[in-house]
Amino acid sequence: MPQIFHRSTNTIARVTILGAVGIVAVVSVLLAIVFRADYMTDVRVIREQPVPFSHKHHVSGVGIDCRYCHTSVETSSFAGIPSTATCMTCHSEIWTGSPMLEPVRASLRTNEPLRWTRVHDLPDFVYFDHSIHLAKGIGCSTCHGRVDQMPIMWRENSLLMEWCLNCHRQPEQYVRPRSAVFQMDWVAPPNQLEAGRELVQTYHIRKLTDCYTCHR
Amino acid sequence: MSPLETSQSVRFWRSRDELDATEEFQQFLRAEFPAPADVSIDRISRREMLRLMAASIAFAGFTGCTRGPAETIVPYVRAPEDFVPGRPLFFATAMPLGGFSTGVLVESHLGRPTKVEGNPDHPASLGATDVFAQASILTFYDPDRSSTVLHRGQISSWGTAAQALNDAVIAQRDQQGAGLRILTGRITSPTLADQIRSVLTTFPRARWHQYEAVTHANLHAGMRLAFGADGQARHRVDRADVIVSLESDFLGTGPAHLSATRQFASRRAPDGDQAMNRLYVVESTPSITGSMADHRLRLASRDVARTALALARAVEGHSGEPGNGGPSSHERAFIAAAAADLRQHRGTGLVIAGESQPPVVHALAHVMNASLDNAGSTVEYTGPVEADPSDDMQSLRELVADMQRGSVQLLLILGGNPAFDAPHDLRFGEQLSRVGLAVHQGLYADETAAACEWHIPEPHYLEAWGDTRAFDGTVSIVQPLIAPLYDSRSAHELLSILNGDQQRTGYDAVREYWSRQMAADEFADRWQRALNTGLISDTALPAQSLSAITSVDALAASIPAEPANGLELVFRPDPTIWDGRFANNGWLQELPKPLTKLTWDAAALVSPATAARLGLSNNDVVELTRADASVRAPVWVLPGQADESIAITFGYGHSRGGRIARNLGFNAYALRTSDAPWVADGLTVSKTSDHYQLVSTQHHFSMEGRDLIHFETLEEFRRRAGRQPPTEDAQSLYPPVAFPGHLWGMTIDLNTCIGCGACTVACQAENNIPVVGKEEVARGREMHWIRVDRYFGGDLNDPAFTHQPVPCMHCENAPCELVCPVGATVHSDEGINQMVYNRCVGTRYCSNNCPYKVRRFNFFQYADWTTPSLKGLRNPDVTVRSRGVMEKCTYCIQRINRAKIDAEVAERPLRDGDVVTACQAVCPSRAIVFGDLHDRDSRVATLRSDTRNYALLSELNTRTRTTYLARVRNAGAGVEGGNGVDRVS
Repeated sequence: MPQIFHRSTNTIARVTILGAVGIVAVVSVLLAIVFRADYMTDVRVIREQPVPFSHKHHVSGVGIDCRYCHTSVETSSFAGIPSTATCMTCHSEIWTGSPMLEPVRASLRTNEPLRWTRVHDLPDFVYFDHSIHLAKGIGCSTCHGRVDQMPIMWRENSLLMEWCLNCHRQPEQYVRPRSAVFQMDWVAPPNQLEAGRELVQTYHIRKLTDCYTCHR
Repeated sequence: MSPLETSQSVRFWRSRDELDATEEFQQFLRAEFPAPADVSIDRISRREMLRLMAASIAFAGFTGCTRGPAETIVPYVRAPEDFVPGRPLFFATAMPLGGFSTGVLVESHLGRPTKVEGNPDHPASLGATDVFAQASILTFYDPDRSSTVLHRGQISSWGTAAQALNDAVIAQRDQQGAGLRILTGRITSPTLADQIRSVLTTFPRARWHQYEAVTHANLHAGMRLAFGADGQARHRVDRADVIVSLESDFLGTGPAHLSATRQFASRRAPDGDQAMNRLYVVESTPSITGSMADHRLRLASRDVARTALALARAVEGHSGEPGNGGPSSHERAFIAAAAADLRQHRGTGLVIAGESQPPVVHALAHVMNASLDNAGSTVEYTGPVEADPSDDMQSLRELVADMQRGSVQLLLILGGNPAFDAPHDLRFGEQLSRVGLAVHQGLYADETAAACEWHIPEPHYLEAWGDTRAFDGTVSIVQPLIAPLYDSRSAHELLSILNGDQQRTGYDAVREYWSRQMAADEFADRWQRALNTGLISDTALPAQSLSAITSVDALAASIPAEPANGLELVFRPDPTIWDGRFANNGWLQELPKPLTKLTWDAAALVSPATAARLGLSNNDVVELTRADASVRAPVWVLPGQADESIAITFGYGHSRGGRIARNLGFNAYALRTSDAPWVADGLTVSKTSDHYQLVSTQHHFSMEGRDLIHFETLEEFRRRAGRQPPTEDAQSLYPPVAFPGHLWGMTIDLNTCIGCGACTVACQAENNIPVVGKEEVARGREMHWIRVDRYFGGDLNDPAFTHQPVPCMHCENAPCELVCPVGATVHSDEGINQMVYNRCVGTRYCSNNCPYKVRRFNFFQYADWTTPSLKGLRNPDVTVRSRGVMEKCTYCIQRINRAKIDAEVAERPLRDGDVVTACQAVCPSRAIVFGDLHDRDSRVATLRSDTRNYALLSELNTRTRTTYLARVRNAGAGVEGGNGVDRVS
């Protein structure tokens, strides 16, 4: 009886099986890369804003504290976006005629709020709280990056869950003294691990990785 | 065997079907979660199924490839003071219902009211709320609320309406208002009363009428009969050792029911500092109060008067048979026991007569309380709280007579829906056509709006100024939390037009009235304080001493000695939609009625014996005929209902109003006449061949008749006092899990739970729980995270009742967690059984494996994502779930996290009471206690070590975090009968 299958069938079968496994592996790796790519996570993507507000100018240039505008950052889950009136406390005196600031003046005039595009936008099933992070010694720049050097706001970190968990699992690597949380140019000391462990003790930082910590 | 188990002599059951173990019931249980194939209409071949599955899986992957949409942040132009985004504010206000207020604190997120909580400082709330207050937030956002002025059903404007009204008022001026009539609901509002009085001064021949479907006429007439004066009885239930209710549902309804429940519950501890009270209830149809009774006598409503008389005679020491028809031996024993108890507890007894009973029963109760020295101790008398405590029915009758004569030229209907809820013999709706100009102001474009020339939207209490009194007279300022959503006008504003001031706002009217009542130098301060605390201090009416002007013998004359024959028809307001005003509220429609567990419907309630005599069973449609009116109603056989007495609830059967209200249930008002508003004779019942699907949740989520209710008498409890509570079976193959942080736990006291369902609605409001509709409820798919099971105990005809709220048990060894293939339900290190919506793929294995049946699945997209007005309703701290995910009680994790974060930011330990779950906060009897079990001094830890503490199905070793405290019945010595439990075999 002649063979039903040609010899080459063996090779084809092997290649097919290995190829299938290979394709799955390659696609998985590709997907993992794509999902983490800046295109997907919006890292360093600049969004169009009604006013090209420069944190660089206001923070490192003028030296305004974060909390002047983000008033509720220490007391609430939401840091707060300044009202038009807050902008106008200064801008009714300086740069009063600047065309760049026209939307701000128009907002005050017409009582129509400014509509900023969200840069740090967490998924809707994540419940983040600013106040507790500050109280536990996590600085602004840890998540938001060197805002004082951003002429236009962008997202410095991916905000992916794995990124959050990275710190929730090993807070000692990122925690800093409470006195320095608003300090933009704070850099981790060489003995961060040691100092961090101490701060974790003093601030009673727990490694909260339960789902209900953030999702509910 | 645990000590509690040995005392289990009573069999508990949920329905007759369960007791009889019928085939339908077995089938229903098996089909608890019908497979999707049963639901879909067309049959799909296997091949097609595989194809669809493959496509679904392939496409499912693509959903991950989308990027989130860009969102905007919209800051204020000028930020209001005190507003912190992310932090809710609470404002004190008051919810009026039938004139009387419940003080509430309303949670507001950036100006958007989202949740109602009780005001602990308010006498009618004491921190609790009822189902109506909880659900009022949904009515506020109801997309079906009337939003525009209507002229003969056509959209019009406020300007034209005001012009028409003003012209009519000017025309009335010449004739001193002879053709002017104002019809309102019951009014306690001092400002409104003052405005009406001022109108009546300007128009001396005008008349003011009041009508409330849940009339208090018997109460007032009873006061006048007993004391010859208007007034109001105020019960101090906490001071009473013995309470006898003559068909009074003082725990379930009425202006003081929340405080009465709190006071009642404070005396239910079997081992407390004060002796446990004993409650005797005589009633025709089971009520919340009846379900809490230690001895319950079920009796036709019309026979209660005779029993009251016999009781009054026995209390006075007379014996003798009242009437030839005479009460049964069972009844006599009940009366003798209650009378003996009352006499034994002079000054600490309390007799309360129900609104549905005629004035003579109220007078008898007053006379009994006076002769037993209860007056001044357990019952206080005050002047009337209502602005005009008149007889509603008489008032409406006079108005209708005037309308019929054609002498009403301008009728202003402020709130209410009389064309729907007036007794049918008055034909109010028809007479409206004879009125010159009828103006209706209401929340909905309802039956009355359709019959009136003008309809003006009424503002909800959350968006308009006003004032109102509580049951004890305490005044609250009703302050709005938000600008009116629609172009509505409050009663204050409409009355201002009558008073010739078109521009006066509700705020001006209320503030101006109170500025006249207070000294000028302290007004600003007191006003601010009133807004802040939710009440004006020292406005409660002082107690007066009244002396009875009548005697038992004088009252006996008006009580017929012979019992009437034939069937009686008893009317009751619906337990969840009240007199029909909440008919368009989905939360209240879907909330199972406390005793029948029916949802979305009303039924004619019949006792098992009467049903057998008439050949009726559940879902049969009967024709109820009385005089010239008849109504077709579905039958529901309710154990505990009095024989030969059929109870129907009014509120259903709207022909207009919102989408939900319309064409739902039958209209009981069609049988209600003004001479017999509560109980009527001359009823004929004829069975039709029709069937109607009533939906009751009493079988849903069945735990297959296992030992779930622990019930014992006080004697049994005392006998085993000192013995250890049943220990949990701790044997396990796995090493115990340590919980180093908090150890959250909850106890639910079955002894004080009255089964009102407020926890269910509070949970719904707090956790964004959707409404699924009648059809879905029929399939067992209601989404309530905390359900209240109602059990009957013992005898089929005369059972005892027990309510058992069942939220997630948060088992330490949770069966649901083991079977989830995707890890969507896992344990937290504080012992909370977490549900992660975004991991859930909807296998429903967890629900199948849950012995407590507390998991709820979104079979369809139940949550409404599109209706704009409902978006404001949602609690921003809780996810709005989507189709295809499982959900369940989270122990209000958002509240736990909030409290923990606040404590940690303030660097202080979390204290007992910092975390209050929504169900706990709302509970009028404080039956639900939540806290940290690690904290040995916490209330929950104390209760958990109580000898009454037990866990559901503890033999499964699930180690539940939610446990129950056994129900203890304070049975009287030597009383035979009076409660089905006595006669159980």
